[in-house]
Amino acid sequence: MMATSKKMLDEPGEIEMLLPWHAAGTLNARDARRVEEALARDPALARQYAVIREEYAETIHLNESLGAPSVRAMQKLFAAIDGEPVRKPSPASRVSTGIAQFFASLSPRTLAWSATAAVFALLLQAGVIGTVLLGGKTYQTASLSVNERPAAKLTRDLAAGGTPPRALVRFAPDAKMSDINALLDNYQATVVGGANGLFRLQFGSKSMSKDEVTGLMGKLRGEKIVSLAESAP
Amino acid sequence: MQVLYGRHHVRVFRFGLRLVRNEQIAEDLISEVFLDVWRQAGKFEGRSAVSTWLLAITRFKALSALRRRKDAELDDEAANAIEDSSDDPEVSVQKKDTSEALRKCLTALSADHREIVDLVYYHEKSVEEVAQIVGIPENTVKTRLFYARKKLAELLKAAGIERGWP
Repeated sequence: MMATSKKMLDEPGEIEMLLPWHAAGTLNARDARRVEEALARDPALARQYAVIREEYAETIHLNESLGAPSVRAMQKLFAAIDGEPVRKPSPASRVSTGIAQFFASLSPRTLAWSATAAVFALLLQAGVIGTVLLGGKTYQTASLSVNERPAAKLTRDLAAGGTPPRALVRFAPDAKMSDINALLDNYQATVVGGANGLFRLQFGSKSMSKDEVTGLMGKLRGEKIVSLAESAP
Repeated sequence: MQVLYGRHHVRVFRFGLRLVRNEQIAEDLISEVFLDVWRQAGKFEGRSAVSTWLLAITRFKALSALRRRKDAELDDEAANAIEDSSDDPEVSVQKKDTSEALRKCLTALSADHREIVDLVYYHEKSVEEVAQIVGIPENTVKTRLFYARKKLAELLKAAGIERGWP
């Protein structure tokens, strides 16, 4: 009997068990309100909650003191990703592969006849649609025709869409992840590959002139956490 | 992948380190965890937070790593480093400073208790999320944390620190 009573006394109450989540702020609104009300009317529970707040703060302190992993972990990860085999095709690509295999299985003569028939069918369809919809009328659109587009603009567009510069970069062994992330942000760079401790970085989304790339490499080499930076294709 | 790694790798590392208690293994763990994520990205169903998914993978990998180490018949010294190295807080906790004593006793908890305390307090996981990560019912999550806290209080008491609970 005594043991049973003692066991019952040892059993935690429902609200009592929720206190740690209340301290961490991860309870839903309903439970948080229930805990608040219980804390307001039960001083023993409030004392326990104060103890929990200490535990909460010290657990965070302890975990924060554990530091961060070295850059080696990231290098190992990206090297492993580079070594991954080509991924299995998705269901959609399997369907398209199946269609391609079906056409590949046809003889050249059958394929040629099928293609010719398909072209005729398309031309016929286009003719019918054109006759029905246009009915001989002409339309003027608000957009400029391609002929009116200045050649210079086209050249600029092509330049803007060129390949952004890339570089092979090795970070200093003591470089911290936070520093590397900050550098990537500053240079608007993304890691596009890497192996054996070298990372292939891409800078921005636009191409740069040769001088600009040279300047960029020089600036990179001046960074404390960069031990090597070479322009790469 | 870079963004995901940048955002989560520190917490994944710390969670792994608290479980395996070895920096080298914890670093290897994070590479394995994110490589798995890279391979299984299509399997993530979005029903839980990414961090919950990552921590669940980390936990699984950490336990596997610990099993591998045990299978390799570690010498006693190394085994002590993985298992509870501070069963005697009276010896390990020298200072009367409550904060420091608390941190030492948090380290001295069993792996099950350390894990649940970290998930709730540091990783700020809800009851449901902890249940998902650890793979136990929600009620067990609540009682396990309660008994982890009780054990913590016992360790502190043994170290001469009374906090008025239990």
